[in-house]
This record gives sequence, C-alpha cells and structure tokens, in this order.
Amino acid sequence: MKLENLARADLSIQQAREHPSPWMIVWIALKSHKGALVGAGVFSFIVLAVLVGPLFYTVDPQLTDYAVRNQGISWQHPLGTDNIGRDMLAQVLSGGRIALAVGFAAMLLSLFLGTVVGVIAGYYKRLDGPLMRLTDLFLAMPLLPLLLVIILLFRDALRDIFGLEFGIFILIVFVIGITSWMQTARIVRGETLAIKEREFVLAATSVGTSGLHIISTHILPNILSPIMVSATLGVASAIITESALSFLGLGFPSDFPTWGRLLYDGAPWIGIDSTNWLVRVFAPGIAISLTVLSVNYIGDALRDAIDPRVRNK
Amino acid sequence: MRRIVATLLLALPILLLGSCSRETTPEAPDEVEGNENVAVSTLDVDTHLKILYWQGPTTLNPYLSSGTKDIEAASIVLEPLAHHDVDANMVPILATEIPTKENGGLAEDRTSITWHLRQDIVWSDNTPLTATDVVFTWEYCTAEGGGCTAIDSFRYVERVVAIDDHTVRIEFVKPAPYPYGPFVGSVSPILQREQFKDCLGARAKECTDQNFYPIGTGPFRALEFKANDTVQYIANTLYRDEGKPFFQTVVIKGGGNATSAARTVLQTGEFDYAWNLQVEPEILESMRGAGKGEILTGFGSQVERIMVNQTNPDPKLNEEQRSVYMDGKNAHPFLSDINVRRALTLAIDRQILVDVLYGVSGRPTCNVIPLPEKYVSTNNDDCLTQDIEEANRILDEAGWVLGSDGVRAKDGIRLSLVYQTSTNSVRQSTQSLIKDWWQQIGVETELQNFDGGVFFSTDAANPFTLTRFYADVQMYTNSFEGNDPSNYVESWKCGNVPGPHNSWVGSNISRGCSEEVDALLDALSETFDATERVEIIKQLNDKVVQNVWEIPLIHRARVSARANSLKGFELNGWDSEIWSIADWYRE
Repeated sequence: MKLENLARADLSIQQAREHPSPWMIVWIALKSHKGALVGAGVFSFIVLAVLVGPLFYTVDPQLTDYAVRNQGISWQHPLGTDNIGRDMLAQVLSGGRIALAVGFAAMLLSLFLGTVVGVIAGYYKRLDGPLMRLTDLFLAMPLLPLLLVIILLFRDALRDIFGLEFGIFILIVFVIGITSWMQTARIVRGETLAIKEREFVLAATSVGTSGLHIISTHILPNILSPIMVSATLGVASAIITESALSFLGLGFPSDFPTWGRLLYDGAPWIGIDSTNWLVRVFAPGIAISLTVLSVNYIGDALRDAIDPRVRNK
Repeated sequence: MRRIVATLLLALPILLLGSCSRETTPEAPDEVEGNENVAVSTLDVDTHLKILYWQGPTTLNPYLSSGTKDIEAASIVLEPLAHHDVDANMVPILATEIPTKENGGLAEDRTSITWHLRQDIVWSDNTPLTATDVVFTWEYCTAEGGGCTAIDSFRYVERVVAIDDHTVRIEFVKPAPYPYGPFVGSVSPILQREQFKDCLGARAKECTDQNFYPIGTGPFRALEFKANDTVQYIANTLYRDEGKPFFQTVVIKGGGNATSAARTVLQTGEFDYAWNLQVEPEILESMRGAGKGEILTGFGSQVERIMVNQTNPDPKLNEEQRSVYMDGKNAHPFLSDINVRRALTLAIDRQILVDVLYGVSGRPTCNVIPLPEKYVSTNNDDCLTQDIEEANRILDEAGWVLGSDGVRAKDGIRLSLVYQTSTNSVRQSTQSLIKDWWQQIGVETELQNFDGGVFFSTDAANPFTLTRFYADVQMYTNSFEGNDPSNYVESWKCGNVPGPHNSWVGSNISRGCSEEVDALLDALSETFDATERVEIIKQLNDKVVQNVWEIPLIHRARVSARANSLKGFELNGWDSEIWSIADWYRE
C-alpha cells in the first residue's frame, strides 16, 4: 500500500519532469511570488473597475454641476466633487481608461520598435553600428521639448483624420512609443548577440536557413523573457509619461480627465480646507502609483519565473 | 533590486506632488545675486524688495514689449510725461503740469499740445533730460520697421518739435479728439536719445544692451537682466526726490503660475508683492488666512472676453489664408452667422462664472468698456441672464438642425468649435463650464490651452499667438490704460485686422469689420464735444457687443498681493501697478 503510493508519486514526478509545459513552470514559479500575486490582484481590480465601473456608475465625468462644487465624500458623490462640480469618481474611472489604453498601446508600439531594431542590430553585423547610433541619438534627445513640438505640429492633422479623441490618443501613443523603445532595443540586441553564437543557430545557418527564419524560429523565442519584462515596465513608464504630459498641460485637452491632469488640477488646492483637496490629489495619485507598482511587481516576478537561472536557485 | 524598484515607485507620487510644490518656492533671489555689485552684496533685508511677476519680463523696452509684464517691469526705470493714478486721473511725472486749454498747453483747435518738462530731471548716467529725448522717442516708435507696440499712442501725431530745451510741442495731423495719448502712461515713456540713437527701425530688436539695460529717469536702474527669469534693479542715486526710493534693491522674478505666486506672498512670505493673481476665490481666501499678506483689488478696464473669429481658421488653409481677413472674402463657415454668435453669448451664465471662479475680484459684464462709469452702456444688460431656450430657438429658426450626435448642422456644416486660451486653472474651468452650456444648445467645443508665454507672445513666427487666432473662439483679458477709451476703440477699425501683411501686428483680433463701425470711428475723430464723444464710444461698444465680435464675460479687477510689511500704495487699475514704487516702504 505505502509502496504503491510512493511509486505513484514517483511516477507523477517523473511525468512532470518528462512533459514540462514551459508555461506551467512559469505559472508555478509565479504563484510562489507573493508580490506578483498581490500585484496581479490589484492590477486586475483596477482594470476591472475602470472597464466595468462606468457601466454601473453612469455619472458623466465632464458634467459641471456648480451647485454641488467642492463637496466631500458622500453617497451621491463617493469621491466628492471638484471646484466646478464635476464628480471625482467618474473622472478617476474615466481617467483610468485613458491611462491604461495609452499605457498598453504605447507599450506595444515601443516593444515592436525596440524588438525590431534590437534583433536586426544584433543579427546583422553591418547594421549594428548605424542602428545603435540611432538608438543613442534617441536616448540623447531631450524628450519633453520634442513631445511638445510633435504634439503642436501634428495635432490638427490627426484630429481631422481620426476625430478629436482618437486623433489625440493616436498622437500620444505614437509620441510615447517612439520615445521609449531604446532600452528594449539595447537589451534585445545584447541577447541576440549572445544567442547568435550558440550551436543551434550555427547549425541552422550551416544547413542554409535564411536569416529571417532563424530570427523567427530560433532567436525570438529565446529572447522572449527580456521582451516580456520590458513590456511590463513599458506599460508603467508609458502611464507615467502620459501623466507627466497631462500634468504639464499638454496631451489631451484640459477637460479630458486623465490621471495626470486630475493630479495637476488638484495640486493647487492642497491645504485649502473648504474643499475636497484630499481626494482630488490622492485619488489620481494613488491610482497612478498603484497601477505602476502592481505592473512592476508582475514584470519583476515574470522575469524571475521565465529565467531558468534565477528560477532554479 | 525588487525593493529598490518598489521604493522608487513609492517615491514617485511624492515626486510628482513635490514638483508642484517646488514651483511655490522659486529659488531665493539672494543666491542669484551673490556675484554682482558691492551694493548687492551688502543686501539689507529691509531695503530689498522682492516682486513676483509669474510671467517673467522679456525686455525692459516697453516699445518692444510682449505684454503687461514687460511694460510694468520697465515702468520703474523709464518714465512718461504723466501717469494715471489710482483714480484714473493724470498726474505729471516728467512734466511740470498737465497741459489744458486753461493753462494754454492745449491749443484751442486741438491741433497741438505743449508739454513743459521739469528742469531738474537727470538720466541715471547724470546727463540732463531734454526735449530732444522726447522728440527722439516719437521718432523711435514711428520709425519704419521698428515694430513699435505703442504705435497706437502716436497714430495722429504729425510731428513732435522741441521748442526749447524743456518744451515740446506735439502737432497732430488734424484736431486731436484725445491729445493725451503720446508720452502718457507706462506704455509710452521717454527713452534717452543718446542711448537709443543707433537703434532706429529694423535695428531696434538687435540693440540687446539698450533694450535690457535702458537708461531711465525712474527710481531704479536695471543691474542684471535675465530674459523670462529675473531682473535685478538698484536704486538710482540721481533720482529727483531726496530720500526716495526707500528700497535700495529690487528684484522682479518670473516663473511659476498665478497660484504659486499668491502662495509665496500670502502663505510663505518669501516675496513682498505678486502680480495678476487670477486664482480661484477659495484658494485666495484660504491663503489670506495665513496672515502673512493682504490681497489688493482694483477695478480698471479689464474685461475677460471671448473673441469670435470672423475669418476662417481652417487648418487646411495656408498661411496666407488661415484666419486672414482677405477683404471679407474669407468668412468663417458658421461664425459669420449672427444667429450662431447670438446663441453663443445667450447660453452663458456670467453670474455662475463669477460665483465659482472669480468671487469678489470679478463682476458679470455685457460690455467691453466696463469703466469709467460715464462710458458704460446699459443697452446690453439682458445678456446677464442666461437663456438657453431662447438660444436654442434662435438656432432652430436659423435652420441649424440638431443632429443625432447632439450637434447642430446646416448644409453639412457642423457647429463644432475650437476654443483656445492661455494655461491657467481659472481659464480652464471657465472653458469647461462654457463648453457644457454650449453643448446644451447643440454646439460642440474642443478646448485648447497654450502657455501664457506662447499665447501672449508678439513673435510673428509663432503660430499659437492670440493675434494669429488659429481657432474659432479664444478667451483672454483686454483693457486700456488711462480713463479714456478713445485709442482703444480704434482697435475695431477694419484696417487694424492682423495678418501676414502687417506681420500679425494689429489690434482687431476678432477680425470683425463693418462700415458702420468705421463710420462711427470717423465721426469720433471729428467730434470734440465731450458728451457727444461719450455717446459715440457707447455706440461703438454696443456695436461690438451686439455684432458679437466679442463676448464680454467678466469685468475683472486687478488682483495682487502684498506682504503685510509693505506700505505706501494702493493698487492702480489704470497704469503700471508698480508706477509709484518710489513711495513704497517697509514698516
């Protein structure tokens, strides 16, 4: 009886060893990472609240009801109102949608650019120099003035093509995307350089596999781990950049309640007792911090989970 | 590593918040001064005056100014023949008296005016002020290609002649209805001929040294000028009044915004005086509670208004066409319809704007000339009550049909506006409120805001200025100096529309143009009877308001703050706020 159990247990371990789904291993490692779990929990909560919330909480975030301005927390206005009577909860929820949409879209763009540049630079030696100098160029550029110029120059054109909201969304995503791919490119290039010299790549080259094929089947899957990590960190930094832009009064129009804009609007009211300043400052501030923090924890854990060298320690 | 990341991220919101509170504590000016003059190194807190103009001065030559900040920063160095005091009366400064018909200074037929200069005035380089300086100043401003921003003051001047060393006669092309334009008020002070003689015309802007360090007759002279940042002044030892000024050094610091400026005076006490505090009433009230300073208000002619573009600002048009008048051939697609314009003004509740955003520093107004009392028209007061229903009715009648998207349209043209202004939380809140009201009459609004330094810039190459007006409507405050709007009403002349032909210098910002208004202006220039003039000016005000070229919103007071220890003045709503700085003292 005992022996049988032991044997069965042994067998299942053996099975697991023989058929290790790589994503299963990653999941098991992730599960043991407390920070990641909490981060994932908080992040899903924020995503859910922001996406589903407005369906239940149907107050218009741009509605100005001056009769109830500067109100504190109440049943009618769970987070109070601002100085011209706009509901804070509605604004924070709607700001979250924008923040997350911008964060993910900009991350995808910068990830794509960074990976393409990084892989090409790493794989094709002739292009390495020019592409990496281009990366250095982008790194050396002063970002905020550049963003300012881009936004002022292309705002009208994009608005005409895509409409006001979507046009500016595209602009912001584009602007953040093309100014944040450099780190990814450098990391990806480094990894590609290392993998290129490995035996399986040499073997593939020796049988005449084309460069593109080698990149897509041999290199990309092996550099997925740093790409994933850059992705999570990219979301966080895109959200921060969008907030900074809004905070500076650029980006979306002033009545668009993004988190950064809400913080910017709330800041002058700090310490003014007759108003709802505590919520006006902390609600968007905490929302930004929590989102970024939780995404970072997830990314951090993901890196540990994907990298076998760290995982097996 | 993980911990470091976490700590850094936790610090982020604090950094974000910190960056805004840092604005409120601009670097101590004392640090900047360290390497300068002996007089500054022996800086005495009591005789050092710290003033905050949150838009930093960009020049000390008021004839090349890009706004009030430059004119006022220059007004403690350069002086005119006469200033306007707090009651809008003229007081002689470099002149012995105000010329009138009674004292023979003003010719019976009003074709000339003669000023007598004080004999005891010397420039800060110890040369005497003479009539040639006054003549030169006129030559300087009217020189071809000089881009003089005070040109309006000299419009009807034929020539300025020096009768003797201390007497000048200003001769007008025709009888001057208002002869006190030239050399009165801080917009047109006297420049020193010796210093500026090589800076005429196109060379005006190249004379950096002269423009940054003008030699003046005022109580102070500039010691160090950093454009858009700090100006340091030191007392002019040759100033005419014995024992004045009280302060030995003055610094005017730029930067930050209205709220942080109010805070530095009222709450932290780092500065003695802060200018132009367009700040929400709750914030000002709470700051006053700190007890460090006092809020000063003074009603002048400032009106916060919405300019309604009468030309087509379509971004698809090229620079020669976009927002260019083109003799009326470039009319706005829908704002050229008076019904739309009337509906826009009817939908606004001015009282709410005052209650929510201005408090005691504003009053609702329906006129673009809100003071002096005798010029104020009562014909437009019905705009004080908001009437959304009536606005909707007007639009319905005019054939603008409400679409399924909530926006009215006619012949494929949607009532969709771009509404721009400068960056200021009160202005952005005003925009939000008005957007909401306009939405209720089926007008869609896109809000835009630009930094004040950009929006109010006079740089002809800058496409985001209020004179370029690349938007359908725009909002800002306009005013006139002194108690007579004669020069100001001239801005509604057809010929004053800005455009590429005059490097976008022109005061008819809304590009409204009608023969009726031009005829009234012609009549005004021929009328000398005081009561008739008042009537014509009232009619002009009514025309502009009823044509809805401009939508007056708020009659704004100048709001400034002073430290409790600063004494000796009242807020002047009619001239430079710091015109009387020689009399200021600390207790």
